[in-house]
Amino acid sequence: MRWRKALTDERGPLMFMLLESLRSALDSIRAHGFRSVLTSLGIIIGVMSVIAVVSIVQGLSHTVNQQFEGLGSNTLTVRSYTPFRKALQGQVAKLRHDDMTAIEQRVEGISHVTPILFAQSGTQGQVSYRSQDTFAQVFGVGPSYFEVNGVFPESGRGFARDDDLRRRLVCLLGQDVVEELEMPDNPVGEYFKVGAEWCKVIGVMERRGELLGFSQDNYVLLPYGTARRIQGTSRDLDIQVQLQVDDINRMDEVKDRISRLLRSNHGLKSGDDDDFRVQTSEQLTESFNQIISTITAAVGGIVGVSLLVGGIGIMNIMLVSVTERTREIGILKALGATRQDIMLQFLIEAVLLCLVGGVIGIALGYGIGAFAAAMLPGFPPAHVPAWAIALSFGFSAGVGIIFGIIPAAKASQLDPIDALRYE
Amino acid sequence: MSADSAESVIRFRGVARRYEMGDQVVNALDGVDLDIRRNEYVAIIGASGSGKSTMMNIIGCLDRPTEGEYQLEGHDVGAMNENELARVRNREIGFVFQSFNLLPRANALKNVMQPLVFRGIKLDDRKQKARQSLERVGLGDRVDHLPNQLSGGQRQRVAIARALVGEPAILLADEPTGNLDSRTTVEIMRLFDALHSAGQTIIMVTHEADIAAHCERVIRLEDGRVAEDHRNNTRRRALAEGADG
Ligand SMILES: Nc1ncnc2c1ncn2[C@@H]1O[C@H](COP(=O)(O)OP(=O)(O)OP(=O)(O)O)[C@@H](O)[C@H]1O
Ligand SMILES: [Mg+2]
Repeated sequence: MRWRKALTDERGPLMFMLLESLRSALDSIRAHGFRSVLTSLGIIIGVMSVIAVVSIVQGLSHTVNQQFEGLGSNTLTVRSYTPFRKALQGQVAKLRHDDMTAIEQRVEGISHVTPILFAQSGTQGQVSYRSQDTFAQVFGVGPSYFEVNGVFPESGRGFARDDDLRRRLVCLLGQDVVEELEMPDNPVGEYFKVGAEWCKVIGVMERRGELLGFSQDNYVLLPYGTARRIQGTSRDLDIQVQLQVDDINRMDEVKDRISRLLRSNHGLKSGDDDDFRVQTSEQLTESFNQIISTITAAVGGIVGVSLLVGGIGIMNIMLVSVTERTREIGILKALGATRQDIMLQFLIEAVLLCLVGGVIGIALGYGIGAFAAAMLPGFPPAHVPAWAIALSFGFSAGVGIIFGIIPAAKASQLDPIDALRYE
Repeated sequence: MSADSAESVIRFRGVARRYEMGDQVVNALDGVDLDIRRNEYVAIIGASGSGKSTMMNIIGCLDRPTEGEYQLEGHDVGAMNENELARVRNREIGFVFQSFNLLPRANALKNVMQPLVFRGIKLDDRKQKARQSLERVGLGDRVDHLPNQLSGGQRQRVAIARALVGEPAILLADEPTGNLDSRTTVEIMRLFDALHSAGQTIIMVTHEADIAAHCERVIRLEDGRVAEDHRNNTRRRALAEGADG
C-alpha cells in the first residue's frame, strides 16, 4: 500500500529540519525587522558591555605582561606587606636596610642583590634644570638594578659600586625627564637638581614606554646610598629588594630561607602572618593577572544579570509571537508538522534572535572598546580575544535555548483544531 | 484484511465525538458508520451544528473520535501516536478550508511548498512540484504573490494547489466556496470536478444544494448522525475547464 511505506520510511534527517527551520526563522526575523532588534536589545547590550570591557582589560593585560617580561624568571622580589590585622592596629610593615644586609650575608646561592628605595615625600620628586622644573619619580637603586630588570642606560654609564658606597651625587635620567626639562640631546655631564641637591648626570636610560596609560620614562635613578642620604631619616626607610637566584631549581629553597630569616629578624611568632612578600617575577605577573580576572569576573556577573534580563525579554516577545501566530501554527500542523517540527522552528528562531543580538553586540562592544582606548591618552589598543567572542556566541545561544524553550513548547503543544479556530 | 475494507479508503464504525461541557454532554458525532471508497466524490450536508466539521476533522486526523473505530486505508487511526497522525496529515490528506488558511507572510509558491518541507524534500524539488501544482490550478503566473495580493478565488486555488501538492489519498474541503461569490464558486467547483475526473477522492462539506449537486454521493447529517446517504443521480456535469487532470 502506498502510504504504509510512507509511514515506515524515515523523515528527513535532523540536519534537513534544522536547515529548514533556520530558513523560516530567518524569514520571520526579517519580516519583523525592527521588532527583532528591539527584542534582542537586552542581549545586544549585555554582549556589548562584555566585549567593551574585556577588550580594554585585555589590551591592558597584554601590555603589562610584556612589561614584566624584562624581569628574568630567576629573579625574586622581596617587599614589605602589611597584613590586614596589623593594618587595623595602625601598624605599617617595613623592609629595612638591615633586612637586605642580612639577606645578602646569610642566604646562599644568590647574587645581584639590589635595593630599590622609592621617594617617600612630595618634595623629593621635584627636579629642575636651569630654569625648567618638573616632577619625576626618584628611585635609589643598587648597581645590579640594570641587569636584574633588563633595562640599561642608552648613553653614559650605570652606577658603580663606588657611587653607592661614597654616596656620590650622580644620577641617571629617564627619557621623559630629558625632554621635559629641555636638556641637551646628550645631557651627560650636565648638573641637575633633585630636591635640594645638585647631581651630575652620568647617563640616560633607554625608553620603557607606557604602562596603564602612564609613562614609565618619567624617572630619575640615584645610587641607593645617595638616595638614603638625601632622604635623611635613613633608619626606617621601607625598601624593596630584588635578587637573582643562581640555580633556578633551588628557587623554593631560597624563598624559604629568606622567609625564615626575615621572620626571625622581625621577631614574628609562629602564629603571626608574614609582614613581607617574596615573589618571583611570574608571581608578580600573576598577581596582576589576578586583578584582571577579578575585574573580568565582576563584569561577567553584571553581564550575567543583563543577559538574564535580555533572555526574559526574548521569552516575553516569543510568547507574544506564539500567540500571534497561533493560527499559523494550526495551519502548519494541519499540513503535517509534528510537535518537534514546531518546537524546533520556534527554538531556532529564539536562538537566531539571540545570535543576531550577539553579533550586533560584539560589533558595538568592539567599537566602544576601540574608541575608548583611542580617546584615553596612552591607553593600549583594545584587544578582543577569540575566547570572548566564542563565549559571547555561546552565551547568546544558551540564552536563546533556555528562554526559547518555554514559548517553543507552548507552540508545539497547541491543539491543531483550537489553533485553526483562533482569530 | 477483507476485500471490503481494502476497497474502503475511509471506514467509520460507531464513531462518536463527545464534548463535555460541565455536566452537559454535546454529541457532535453520535455513532456514525460510513464507508468511502477510492475516487468517490462525496458531499456532506446538514444543518449548522449537525457535526459536519467535526466529521471532517476526524477524517483528516486533526481530531480523534472519543468512541468507535476509524480505519484509513485499512489502518487503525485510533492506534496511532501524535507523530504518526502528523505524518498521515502530511501524506494522505489534503485540506481545503473555508477561510483559505494560507500562511500570510509566505507567497503562493512558498505556501504550496510548505507541506513538502515536512516530508524532507529538497528545496529544488519542492519548488518544481509546487510550481506544477500551481499551474494545475491555473495560477502559474501568480507564484510570487502574497495571499493579500490575491483575490478570494485565487487564494482558494492556492490552498487547493497546496492540498494537492503531496498527492494525497483524500482531498477534504470544509465549505471551500463559503467565502466566495457565485462566479468564483463556479470556477472552484469546475476545478474540483476536474480533479475528480482525474481520479482524486474528494469529500466536501457544503451548505448549498447546487454545490452538493456536483457530487456523486450526498450524505446528510442530523445531530451527529447520518440521516441520509444517497447516490446523486441528477449529478451536474461540470465542464472540465481550468484543470487538465
Ligand atoms: N470544541 C468544542 N467544544 C464544545 N462543543 C463543540 C466544540 N466543537 C464543536 N462543538 C459542538 O459540536 C457540534 C457540531 O459542530 P460542528 O462544527 O461539527 O458543526 P457544523 O456542522 O460544521 O456546523 P456549521 O455548518 O455551522 O459549520 C456543535 O453543536 C458544536 O457546538
Ligand atoms: Mg463547520
